[in-house]
Amino acid sequence: MTNLTHLNIAQALEGLKKKEFTSVELTQAHVKATEEFRHLNAYVTETSELALKQAAESDARRAKGQVGLLEGIPLAIKDLYCTKGVRTTASSRILDNFVPPYESTVSGNLFRDGAVMLGKTSLDEFAMGSSNTTSAYGNVISPWKRNNGDNADLVPGGSSGGSSAIVAARAAMGATGTDTGGSIRQPASFTGIAGIKPTYGRCSRWGIIAFASSLDQAGPFARTVEDCALMLRSMAGYDPKDSTCADRPVPDYTAALTGNVKGLRVGIPKEYNVEGLSPEIAKLWDQGKDWLKSGGAEIVDISLPHSKYALPVYYIIAPAECSSNLARYDGIRYGVRAEGESLNDVYMNTRAQGFGDEVKRRIMIGTYVLSAGYYDAYYTKAQKIRRLIAEDFARAFEKCDVILSPTAPSAAFAIGENQDDPIKMYLNDVFTIPASLAGLPGMSVPAGLDSQGLPLGLQIIGKAWDEETVLRTGHFVETAANFTAMPQMLMKKAA
Amino acid sequence: MAQILKGETGDWEIVIGMEVHAQITANSKLFSGASTDFGGAPNTHVSLVDAAMPGMLPVLNEMCVEQAVRTGLGLNAQINLHSEFERKNYFYPDLPQGYQISQYLHPIVGKGEIEIDLPDGSVKKIGITRLHLEQDAGKSIHDQHPTKSYVDLNRSGCALMEIVSEPDIRDADEACAYLAKLRMILRYLGTCDGNMEEGSMRADVNVSVRRPGAALGTRCEIKNVNSLKAVQMAIDYEARRQIEIIEGNGAIVQETRLWDPAKGETRSMRSKEDAHDYRYFPDPDLLPLELKHDWVGQIKETLPELPDQKKHRFMLSYGLSAYDSSVLIAEKVRADYYETVAQGCDAKLAANWVINELLGILNKDGKAITESPIGAANLGQLIARISDSTISGKIAKDVFAEMYATGQTADSIIEGKGLKQVTDTGAIEKIVDEVIAENPDNVAAYKSGKDKLFGFFVGQVMKKSQGKANPDMVNDLLKKKL
Repeated sequence: MTNLTHLNIAQALEGLKKKEFTSVELTQAHVKATEEFRHLNAYVTETSELALKQAAESDARRAKGQVGLLEGIPLAIKDLYCTKGVRTTASSRILDNFVPPYESTVSGNLFRDGAVMLGKTSLDEFAMGSSNTTSAYGNVISPWKRNNGDNADLVPGGSSGGSSAIVAARAAMGATGTDTGGSIRQPASFTGIAGIKPTYGRCSRWGIIAFASSLDQAGPFARTVEDCALMLRSMAGYDPKDSTCADRPVPDYTAALTGNVKGLRVGIPKEYNVEGLSPEIAKLWDQGKDWLKSGGAEIVDISLPHSKYALPVYYIIAPAECSSNLARYDGIRYGVRAEGESLNDVYMNTRAQGFGDEVKRRIMIGTYVLSAGYYDAYYTKAQKIRRLIAEDFARAFEKCDVILSPTAPSAAFAIGENQDDPIKMYLNDVFTIPASLAGLPGMSVPAGLDSQGLPLGLQIIGKAWDEETVLRTGHFVETAANFTAMPQMLMKKAA
Repeated sequence: MAQILKGETGDWEIVIGMEVHAQITANSKLFSGASTDFGGAPNTHVSLVDAAMPGMLPVLNEMCVEQAVRTGLGLNAQINLHSEFERKNYFYPDLPQGYQISQYLHPIVGKGEIEIDLPDGSVKKIGITRLHLEQDAGKSIHDQHPTKSYVDLNRSGCALMEIVSEPDIRDADEACAYLAKLRMILRYLGTCDGNMEEGSMRADVNVSVRRPGAALGTRCEIKNVNSLKAVQMAIDYEARRQIEIIEGNGAIVQETRLWDPAKGETRSMRSKEDAHDYRYFPDPDLLPLELKHDWVGQIKETLPELPDQKKHRFMLSYGLSAYDSSVLIAEKVRADYYETVAQGCDAKLAANWVINELLGILNKDGKAITESPIGAANLGQLIARISDSTISGKIAKDVFAEMYATGQTADSIIEGKGLKQVTDTGAIEKIVDEVIAENPDNVAAYKSGKDKLFGFFVGQVMKKSQGKANPDMVNDLLKKKL
């Protein structure tokens, strides 16, 4: 039965359909894997009992011929999605005791389509981070190890690090993530799996705890592009409860995976060839171009001239929004309250004890850039540059259909590295942030290993609402790369 | 004329601008589906959005937008087809989100103006700077427990219109006239109930003083001014305070002050230095609000006749004075009542009866016109009976009292009590003859030149006829016979 956890979602759906196994069996296998990989610390809350109950219900539905898009598939849900009756913490102490009486639209969509929830995965606190080392519930460890024998614990990327680690470890078939500046794509790249951030407005944000509202977007992690397509179809869709959610039909994304890139114009932004880009990453990028060229795609040089401003712009806008979004965590109505002599003391004690350093840092930056006298110099200017960045992409997409780039400037680093230098940590998202600012869909596909045996991803960025071309290109790259490497922890287990 | 205050060193002019918060009449809140009913048990009209639960998002209530546009049109104001919602950030327990969603740089309504009616009968235009939509906060209750405060979120998220005037107001009377007119317009439009006692209309008053015609002085904003009387008193107090400071060679500090109705004074709440930095920025959860020109046009077509239009029509088509018209249009229900009365009788007479008799007694009894025991059509019938000489004006007052007490119609009371006026010349002549026969001395005196005695004879005849004799005929006959 153990090999049930090595199936991908499409295969598992086929097996369930052919009655080779039940959802309960599939889920039991994943619950067992969850226990085996508990040392990864991927979950804030495991919900094995609930999962088995949902699996039994799924089997009952299937017996009656009611088969949803993801019927019986065990998934992990990022602990930023509010789940009805299940503790939801955003990996923050301040929400340690918070049990939402409502279900986020996107997780609700997955359950509507028959998915089973294994647990709530850890993340950087309030999704702020690129390493999953800011969670109040401890670091999440990647199932990957360097092949140099140093045995260092590696980060799974962030902020959706619990989700990427647990999917890479074959303990969940897929997981939800959220991506504000790269929080799906970078962890996918770090852990050798696929992940897509759809166009801003494709998935409802209702019930997902907000970090930076104009950037946050839900998306799936899975081990194949096809699985991502399956999950995204379920997750996406119009929701009148989110004013920024688009009223557009959701295509059958799997139908887009034709394997054909003939005539596809693939843009290569010259500005992404940043100084100091590691030769390994550069080589992989070239490899990606060659694969696509051999498939009949046309490689086009493009320019995104304002790319160098993307990181500073992001680190003004995202903290500005978060400083306001996180004001509601005041200990008054829900969450953890620290008592104090006066109202101000209650606020200060609650927030001082409830929030971690990175969250505090960003709240302070955000408060500063919105302050009277600084607003125009920072926030207004950042918004203007954000528009220029979006215009860069619009102009580039006159010449190409998708853009190919590395997902991250490096492979996964060890826990503790980059820790004392926030700027260096922020640089992790240098390739993912521009598309976030422009609201465009982007995905990471595992494409190779570095010299230390760690996975590297390639990023495909598409036009707004054109997730289909992104997935088609991603699927082609995935096939060409034929990425079969497995995390060392799994190989050890198998041996 | 605007009031000029005499100081020790010369004349002073007061400059006033008003910021009125008017709660929008709508069934649900500005960004949530929770009820807006007043007076529910604490925290019973609170949605997940109003309580700012994690992951909750605002969705704009179209009804509230429509009401704001309707109000803007009623204030003769520019409707901005593009407007934006921004967040005003500050911490307080009755503000669950930690920010108020408001409009800042791009309000839904721009410049407009209204006419106010001053006590001397003159009219003055007051500019409207802007009207914007925003969320109300909840209510903090500090006096129920020695060490704790309570928070009621029922009001949290209710839609408010903040209506800002230009500093065109020059004294307390004008300020009260402005508030009264604004309230009247809102009530006509049905966009706010204008109830200051329940807090659904609240005013902040900006007051400064200057030498007549000089540049604007430094202003203070006065909060907690919750009635017309408070507005009057707070402005008078604050203007005097500022003049005293300036004349004592002091300077006014720009600050927010609180009106204390018990002590009859304003006191400092926070200075400009302590003012919050609200860190406004566009709310990323809401798209800019784009209105269609046609949609605004449709709302315009459904606007009711507004107070000033009605007033002018009353003057023109009923021939009423400006004063009477103003009294009658003060409330839409009152104007409607009047028009029903006037349908079947003389319009001017109808105005007199509504204003002097009906409103007089209703005021005395503390009743609204909607509670009047006399229906409008009935009052019209009564007045018609004066005009067609069925009863005299004097008898009519008795009938009116009876109608007010019993709710019966005018005709049934006139019939039942036999109050119909005697217009039979023979019958009146008979009484006149009797009176003349019974008072030979007075007849003689009258004939010798004591003209004033004529009234005595009229009185005697009316008394004998129990007030039913037609007064004109009594006059004619007496003149003839004496």
